Amino acid sequence: MDELERAIVNRLQGGFPLSERPFADAARELGTDEATLIAKLKAMLEAGTLTRFGPLYDAERLGGAFTLCAMSVPPADFERVAALVNAHPAVAHNYERAHRYNMWFVIAAASRAQIAPLIAAIEAQTGYPVLDLPREQEYFIELRLVA
Amino acid sequence: MNALDERIVRATQAGLPLVAEPYKAIAASLGIEHSEVLSRLEAMLADGRIRRIGAVPNHYALGYTANAMSVWDVADHTVDELGAQVGALAFVTHCYRRPRRLPDWPYNLFAMVHGASRTDTALKIEIIRTALGLAVRASDVLYSTRILKKTGLRID
Repeated sequence: MDELERAIVNRLQGGFPLSERPFADAARELGTDEATLIAKLKAMLEAGTLTRFGPLYDAERLGGAFTLCAMSVPPADFERVAALVNAHPAVAHNYERAHRYNMWFVIAAASRAQIAPLIAAIEAQTGYPVLDLPREQEYFIELRLVA
Repeated sequence: MNALDERIVRATQAGLPLVAEPYKAIAASLGIEHSEVLSRLEAMLADGRIRRIGAVPNHYALGYTANAMSVWDVADHTVDELGAQVGALAFVTHCYRRPRRLPDWPYNLFAMVHGASRTDTALKIEIIRTALGLAVRASDVLYSTRILKKTGLRID
C-alpha cells in the first residue's frame, strides 16, 4: 500500500466534503490533486481494497427492521440449512462462526411485524430453533480500521 | 423519509460517481438542482441516516483476516456505560446491546473486533476484558470462519 492509499484509508473513511469539487478539496487535505485522488480511488475499488466510496447509510435509520439471528446446526446438516436460510431475500448476510451457535445471519424487512413470520418459516423449513437478537442500542464508534 | 431522499439514497448507496463534480452528476441523473442534493445529504448526515461519507475499506484487503464477535454478559444497569467505553476502543468496529435469550444465550453486549491474526484479535479482546473488569460475569468469542452470504443492506 503506497502513501496515498494509506492516507485514504486512514483519513478519508469519513468527512468527504459536501461541496462543488469535493475530490479537489479532499485531495488538498491529503496533499495530492483531484485527478490523482480520483484515479487512486478507482484503482482501489478495482483492486478490492475499498468496497465502496460514498455515503455509508444507517439502514435501520432509513426505515425498516433488522435483527441478528443465530442457529446451532449440526455440521452434517450445515450446507442444507445454509442454502435454505440464504434462499430468503430478506437474509442480508450470513456468516459461519466457530461456536456451538455456528450460523449467524441478519434479517432485513420492511417492518418488525414481518420478522417473526420469517423466523418461524426458517425454523419450520430447517427444523432448528433460531435465536432472535435485535439490536437494542448501538454504542458510538470512535475510530475505524487503520492501514 | 420523503420521496426525494429515497431517490438520493438509491442513487448513492452503491457509491458516488468518481468524477470531479459527483453531486452535480447525481443531480443531473435525478433531474434536480445541485444544491438540493447537497442539502438533502447534509440533512441525512446531521440526523444520522448517513453515518459518514468516504472510503469503505475491505477488512480482508487491509489484512484483517481474524474477525471475531466478542460477547459479554454484564449487569443491565452498567451495560450502557460499559458499551460506550468498549465502542470507544479504536479496534472495535461495531458495539451493540442485544437481549439475552436464557438459558441458551446469556450475553447482552456485542463487540466486533478485527485483527491481522487470531493472536492479534485475542490480544484486543483481552483489552476489552480489562476495560470491563469485574463487570464481566461471562464471555465468549466467536471467530467467523466463512461468509455464507453477503448482499449488504440496501433499499431496493
